[in-house]
Amino acid sequence: MAWFKKTKEIRTDRKGKIPEGLWVKCDGCREIIYRKEIEKNLKICPKCNYHFRISARERLKLLVDEGSFIEMDENMTSADPIHFKDAVSYKERLKENQKKTGLLEAVISGDALIKGYPASLILMDFSFMGGSMGSVVGEKVSRAAERALEKKQPLVSIASSGGARMQEGIFSLMQMAKVSAVIGRLRDNGILYLSILCDPTFGGVTASFATLGDIIIVEPKSLVGFAGPRVIEQTIKQPLPDNFQRADFLLEHGLIDMVVDRKNLRDTLARLFELFS
Amino acid sequence: MIRYYLEFERPIEELELKIDELKRASDGKDIDISSEIRKLEKKVNDLRSEIFSSLTPWQKTLIARHPDRPYTMDYINMMTSDFVELHGDRRFADDPAVIAGMAKINGIAITIAGHQKGRGIKERIYRNFGQPHPEGYRKALRVMKLAEKFKKPVITFIDTPGAYPGIGAEERGQAEAIAVNLMEMSKLKTPIISVVIGEGGSGGALALGIADRMYMLEHASYSVISPEGCAAILWKKNGDLSAADFSKAADALKLTAQDLMDFKIIDGIIPEPLGGAHRDPEAMAKSVSDFILNAIEELKTRTQAKLLEDRYKRFRKIGTFVEEAE
Ligand SMILES: [Zn+2]
Repeated sequence: MAWFKKTKEIRTDRKGKIPEGLWVKCDGCREIIYRKEIEKNLKICPKCNYHFRISARERLKLLVDEGSFIEMDENMTSADPIHFKDAVSYKERLKENQKKTGLLEAVISGDALIKGYPASLILMDFSFMGGSMGSVVGEKVSRAAERALEKKQPLVSIASSGGARMQEGIFSLMQMAKVSAVIGRLRDNGILYLSILCDPTFGGVTASFATLGDIIIVEPKSLVGFAGPRVIEQTIKQPLPDNFQRADFLLEHGLIDMVVDRKNLRDTLARLFELFS
Repeated sequence: MIRYYLEFERPIEELELKIDELKRASDGKDIDISSEIRKLEKKVNDLRSEIFSSLTPWQKTLIARHPDRPYTMDYINMMTSDFVELHGDRRFADDPAVIAGMAKINGIAITIAGHQKGRGIKERIYRNFGQPHPEGYRKALRVMKLAEKFKKPVITFIDTPGAYPGIGAEERGQAEAIAVNLMEMSKLKTPIISVVIGEGGSGGALALGIADRMYMLEHASYSVISPEGCAAILWKKNGDLSAADFSKAADALKLTAQDLMDFKIIDGIIPEPLGGAHRDPEAMAKSVSDFILNAIEELKTRTQAKLLEDRYKRFRKIGTFVEEAE
């Protein structure tokens, strides 16, 4: 029984990422697809348009003008404010994730040009501790927003996160307040903020900066919400509707402005910059 | 009155039952056992002092959730006058898990918003166990905007396991409702004073908690995730988690008022009567009222610009990280 459970967990863990091997089973349509075909196609399923998760660096490459990105706060790392104790200490967990991902934290930030338009950028990476928001993510998001304010240029965030980072306790919760206050200053000063939500975005990230965009864009079929589907299912003890919390569902319920394919995102952003400038 | 005892209060319960029994036995009879009763009452008091001076974070979490603990409406009844409840978010519904309205405290007109749990099964269900839907947060914000317009201080009471995880809540934008409250409260042009009276459950609590003065009751808790949720993530064992696991998680999360005071997240701890707020609600309400009145007095001397700048900085500076120069 325990063995059974374990394999199941591993499978959920892998969801969205492209598993190793020549052939890949798509989470969108369950078809078996040649791996190279997906990689060639910006990691989008050619059969059903499911957007596989990609790293922050890969996103950057797809989005900004070549050579224009200037990374900021790239050496910022997490402290251990509540000395979180678990089987593995928080510090060790951070080290593991740094080794696994080649990133120091769950977010990359900086300034770049997108089709010639300058913007401040926030790119989250789900592979680093589930893209969770602790003090570093909160601080980098805040600083990127402040840079946008100072340079009077748009802010663009690409979110993918399980929510607030448990291991920093109340400090993580308070990052929600911090980033929302900073976004409030953009609102009051006429700075455009475009928020892009990718699979998956939940909890403290959707309940703070990610849903405060002037325009909210979601990648096709992405799962986005406040509470995770499993928690909801356990609470209400009913099966969930078919496309619950998926991009189309969000659009249908008026929660987002548009669903945009990965390959069209750069053009869409440039058009919005033009229209709002 | 039927008292509700927590597991670690069992020795107290035993003594108090014995006292009740003695009182009943002596009632109308000619035997004088008052000295015996007095002795037992002193014993129970000592025992309670001992237990309550060394509560673990998990025990505090249980007191914060105690079914007899005073709720938002109790504080409104005990410490304000002329309360007028306001209903609805003007968009979808009125959420009974959040109370909002106007009242007077010591003659000063204030605006109040707070989570509301219910007492007894029927009311608990009606109040959705204090777990708001988006409408609750939007109602609270609507009333706070009224406070801004008419220059009244805002008092918020925090007491929720969290925002409700349900289909309707997601369909109507639970995340956005919380986010908008965080942003709007951070720039609301009137003083905000927030008191965690019981459970401060994550984002659903924070959505009423952006304030110029933040207080917690002595045994209240405030956390990014519940000890149960934390334990389930860390020690998933086919759902058979025990109180010992929750206790370990509560320790790790640092969720007590004392922890948050050490972290300089809150401005003060409001002491509770011995045995918890529910042991003497009137005395508790008096203390809460004193803290609020002091804060109103202090904040009213601030210019609006200073008030908003201080509030912004208060949250902007939270966080610890390492920045190494290259
Ligand atoms: Zn597919």
